[in-house]
Amino acid sequence: MLGDGSLERLKREGRIVVVGASLAGLRAAETLRAEGFAGSLTLIGDEPHEPYDRPPLSKQVLLGRAAADRTALPRLRSVDATWRLGVPATGLDMAAGRVRLADDDEVPYDRLLIATGVRARAWPREAEAELDGVFVLRTRDDSAALARRLEEGPKRVLVIGAGFTGSEIASACRERGLAVTVAERGAAPLVGALGGVVGAVAAEMQREHGVDLRCGVMVTALEGDASGRVRAAHLSDGSTVETDVVIVSLGAIRNTEWLAGSGLGAGPRGIACDAGCRAFDIRGIVTDDIYAAGDVARSPHPLFGYQFLSLEHWGNAASQARIAAHNMISESTDRIPHMEVPAFWSSQFGVNIKSVGVPSLGTEVLISQGALRDHRFIGVYGYQGRVIGAVAFDQARWLPFYQELIETTAAFPPPFPTVDRCSDGQRPLDADFPDPSVPTHGPTVTLGGYSPADRRMTFTPAH
Amino acid sequence: MVRIAVDLNRCQGYAQCAFLAPEIFTMHGEEALLYAPEADEAHRAKLAQAAAACPVQAILVDAVDVPAGAVSDAR
Repeated sequence: MLGDGSLERLKREGRIVVVGASLAGLRAAETLRAEGFAGSLTLIGDEPHEPYDRPPLSKQVLLGRAAADRTALPRLRSVDATWRLGVPATGLDMAAGRVRLADDDEVPYDRLLIATGVRARAWPREAEAELDGVFVLRTRDDSAALARRLEEGPKRVLVIGAGFTGSEIASACRERGLAVTVAERGAAPLVGALGGVVGAVAAEMQREHGVDLRCGVMVTALEGDASGRVRAAHLSDGSTVETDVVIVSLGAIRNTEWLAGSGLGAGPRGIACDAGCRAFDIRGIVTDDIYAAGDVARSPHPLFGYQFLSLEHWGNAASQARIAAHNMISESTDRIPHMEVPAFWSSQFGVNIKSVGVPSLGTEVLISQGALRDHRFIGVYGYQGRVIGAVAFDQARWLPFYQELIETTAAFPPPFPTVDRCSDGQRPLDADFPDPSVPTHGPTVTLGGYSPADRRMTFTPAH
Repeated sequence: MVRIAVDLNRCQGYAQCAFLAPEIFTMHGEEALLYAPEADEAHRAKLAQAAAACPVQAILVDAVDVPAGAVSDAR
């Protein structure tokens, strides 16, 4: 903006379109209005529902303590928007400034925010994925359908993939008294996000709660009966699991296919944007009118060597959306960078797991407080002599302290004594993250190198 | 109906909400929180108390009544 009044005009009568009507889209819309945007605001969402909260879908809803269709997000202020729900965006014309919708309508914009998020990775064999009793869990409808099936009391539930979602599902099923088998390709649950030392604790928790946990195996085929209901799964170790409910929990795929050919720097790794959420085009030039936020965005983070970081975290979606919205209607000197320290939580098998920073970047871990055997501890992750992440099992109140260590790039191992340190924590251990070339469910944080639009990734369709 | 979300990155398990509005908030294990994502209008006052009492201000509650038609796909 050149101080020629164009920004004021944009705020008064401009058109802002937000593609993606979940947490990031809603919080961005609220921020735009809170900061005085008085023009037209359109929210486009592929699901027919108003913005809802996803964390309860794998916890309260599966426990039967909340209904999936009653998880709408609270509204922090009125957004006075036009909602186009149940209509996916199918294309983007950057030159004309238009978003194409599945119903062939086109919506023009002066500023565009892309917050299309991710979707669950489906079971790769289509015919097997369509068997009755095979589920994924990402949306409200997924959760409602799965909760209904769990209510019927299946004989055995098989969870494929022991990342956070898969582990939470297994936990809820055990709490409901259902027999559960978990099949994980890696050496332990959560190993992609937290490494093998902490993953071993997660494995112990699962087994203590009666999960039939099988690591280092892959499910090779799902088998249906004559009526098309799943009845068994075949595993790579030659065993067979008889099951009537299978939940495929193999991570997520970024919703960027609709941007193919648009010229935006978008691909399977997400949409590259700068720290101010402005999206790059495929030439590596930052756009002035297109922004990205939430799970679909990847942006450089100063704490992590300015590498592009994608985060599938609730808190990241909310805060990045607010920053994108602010920057969309601000002079360049008033823009603010998105550099919040990543954080997430999970609760499973009665334990509250919380993390700050990026543990999966760490090479070593020190159990600085508590003990692994008590399933109550803090693990601090180190990378090249500095603290890069921390995880707490039922020790959440200490995390802000560790967050400060990460923010100040404190030395690892921390040179000071810590409260309640046990024999576990006398020296750092190899954090034991899987070799990236070995397939596992993967972490929910992805470092994508420096290229704003890695050509190999950008031009390769997701499958 | 009142919609509720809790920023569980902020939540540190002080459990003030579970004392003040046990119909909505319950502890699950030693420090994990489970909450009802939607509460009856009758609980609005209690909910406001619980949100205000949260030492880390992690509880998000509807600030506005969104009319039923607000999410139609009107053009």
